[in-house]
Amino acid sequence: MSNYVRQGESTVSAAGKVITVALAGNPNSGKTTIFNALTGARQHVGNYPGVTVEKKEGSCRHGRTKVNVIDLPGTYSLTAYSAEELIARDVLIHDKPDAVIDILDASNLERNLYLAVQIMELGVPLVLALNMSDVARQRGLEFDLNLLQKLLGAPIVPTVGHKGTGREALLDAAVEVAGNPKPRSALKVDYGREIEAEIGALQDGIERAGIETDPVLTRWLAVKLLEGDAAVRERVADQELVAAADGAARRLESLLGDSAEALIADRRYGFISGACQEAVRSTVESRHTLSDRIDSVVTSRILGLPIFALSMFVVFLLTFTLGKPLADGVQAGVDWLGQATARLWPTGSESSLKSLLTDGIIGGVGNVLVFLPNILLLFLAIAFLEDSGYMARAAFIMDRLMHKIGLHGKSFIPMLVGFGCTVPAIMATRTLENRRDRLVTILVLPFMSCGARLPIYVLLIGAFFPQVWQAPMLWIIYTIGIVLAIAAAKVLRSTLFKGESVPFVMELPPYRMPTLRGVLIHMWERGGQFLKKAGTIILGVSILMWALSVWPRPSPELLQRFDQERSAVQGRRDLSSQEKQAMLSELNNATAEAKLEHSAIAHIGRAIAPALRPLGFDWKISTSLLGAFAAKEVFVSNLGIVYSVGQSGEESQSLRQKLQQNYTAFKAFCIMLFCLITCPCMATVAITRRESGSWKWALFQAGGLTLLAYVLTLVVFQGGRLLGLGV
Amino acid sequence: MIPLTEARPGQRVRVSKVDCGRSLRTQLFAMGLTPGARVEVLSVNDGPVILSVMGGRLMLGRAMADKVLIKEA
Repeated sequence: MSNYVRQGESTVSAAGKVITVALAGNPNSGKTTIFNALTGARQHVGNYPGVTVEKKEGSCRHGRTKVNVIDLPGTYSLTAYSAEELIARDVLIHDKPDAVIDILDASNLERNLYLAVQIMELGVPLVLALNMSDVARQRGLEFDLNLLQKLLGAPIVPTVGHKGTGREALLDAAVEVAGNPKPRSALKVDYGREIEAEIGALQDGIERAGIETDPVLTRWLAVKLLEGDAAVRERVADQELVAAADGAARRLESLLGDSAEALIADRRYGFISGACQEAVRSTVESRHTLSDRIDSVVTSRILGLPIFALSMFVVFLLTFTLGKPLADGVQAGVDWLGQATARLWPTGSESSLKSLLTDGIIGGVGNVLVFLPNILLLFLAIAFLEDSGYMARAAFIMDRLMHKIGLHGKSFIPMLVGFGCTVPAIMATRTLENRRDRLVTILVLPFMSCGARLPIYVLLIGAFFPQVWQAPMLWIIYTIGIVLAIAAAKVLRSTLFKGESVPFVMELPPYRMPTLRGVLIHMWERGGQFLKKAGTIILGVSILMWALSVWPRPSPELLQRFDQERSAVQGRRDLSSQEKQAMLSELNNATAEAKLEHSAIAHIGRAIAPALRPLGFDWKISTSLLGAFAAKEVFVSNLGIVYSVGQSGEESQSLRQKLQQNYTAFKAFCIMLFCLITCPCMATVAITRRESGSWKWALFQAGGLTLLAYVLTLVVFQGGRLLGLGV
Repeated sequence: MIPLTEARPGQRVRVSKVDCGRSLRTQLFAMGLTPGARVEVLSVNDGPVILSVMGGRLMLGRAMADKVLIKEA
């Protein structure tokens, strides 16, 4: 069952002991905050092989002991329902960590203990962290820790995760529990006479079949078989045994009136509530908390949607207005670096290496970095909304609308992330357990115009629409994307992905004030995904595109002619230095244009131009579009080169003028429409392949979107022509 | 026994039966919605249902809420 984790290590080295501690806990229990508090910067994220589940590990020193910490995925239970739960229990059973810390939300203790009870049934050395104990105390909850420890059979450490309170005590307890030489002893919940009898019988069967001898594990397996655990049934593989378990479950159901699984769950909660009744007191008689009162407004029928719309508006306003000056700054920095590097060669040098460094690599890196500010700001806002608890409410509000297109509220969050970058958005779909929902969401995510398409829109809208129309036009483009996403989702759900809507259940964590540190770490998780996964691919494809745009070179004679013209200009006495600069600049642009015209990419662009002419695109647009395979933003820089205005961005006046001379507002709209829909950048294709598990869906997405872009733009353009719309 | 979607806001109820497939049942149990569990209904309209369970708040999609049968506490 598990070949993806190493054996736990508990060794004594010259510098002291090394132990492995696993962190378990419900989602929203503050586990991540505690993991960060324990490991600080010394953590790294990988993947469990074969599944799209993150593997988070870190380490810290506690006295003379080195503590390796594994952050298990947040789970409510240890069933076979999800990959996360299977991973968590495999690590616990097969990896044999020296200690496990289960992090409990003190305000929600009984439900949080459900996981703890199952961990205790495995006999793993356990420490319980009573987290968010400050909030619990405020809510009037009082804990008799000594009694609770005795009743549960594990040490309990009160903690306040985001303040770091209890960190030392927690590590003390973990080290102590890990060093305890006593053999594995497990909690035995009394499931009642009838169930216990069946468990005993199954245990004998398991031992006889030679599957397991450790009594703790045979009991655990027997209980899981009775619960109908799919993974255990598969592992046991003994037909007789599985049939015996099924028979036992049927007997129990007819005898006791409920499924074996429900009865077992009920007994666990019974044990928990028994312990809590004795050791936990509620001194304040308020069932409804401040969060509930806020929710009565935020999720109300009348105010919910407007509040949500307002919050989205603020998020996007922030991203666009703050992002622009920062993006400009980054662009300036990249340009400066490019020029500084170019100066290492004599002026006018045609060195390929120079071009590789300045245009290929630095240019490629620039492609990635320039929309980093926009993306990070969006992710910052989303992190704030998530940490405060509002995001779950947003999912609630969006659910009704999402339901109409066959998805549900949980799909909303990836779509929001998609307005920054599609790559982390696709990774955010991991919260959708249902594969069908996940695939549909991934397939329509590219319709949410990512940060890289923004420069294209800014350039074209800025060139063709009067000031007062600019913001509305941008808004229209984004809305078209959303509308198309909705339509596409509906179509997919009624054709390829038919089926009943999958029910969902989601926890609504209490509202809380996010901490700066938490929000920044959270933002950086997604930002890091963009940089590492999208960034590396964008850089790679950028360099490839650079190569295609530099070779083949124009003939040496042509280049020589440009050189001669340049020297001629420099040698002239009758021109002011300003006029010389202007002429030289023009010559340089003409040289760049000539080089591009001779290059492979221009050849390809011209070859496909006839296919794109019905859309109103000439070969210059087609060539620029090809570059957009690396990153959408490259469209703009390629356009600059092709119109020989040299290195330019979307604000460039000269480029705008050239565009105005050659196209109309309507054609510009068609270009934007095409860019909005067409095949996403290579990075997105790669991530779709990884998260969906096959090339089939990635290619379907890329091909389907390109085809849709072609057809839709064709229809719009030709339709506009018929209507005489300024062609 | 009525489905959760027909409950009234503010009503305190007990879960009587969870009428859905195994994997969904497992998920609901793990979140505290076992037969016999005491639950307070916080919000019911034509969207998801919000419940108070064991000190926490759960949101159930409408299709899910339809499958959770309850009776008066």
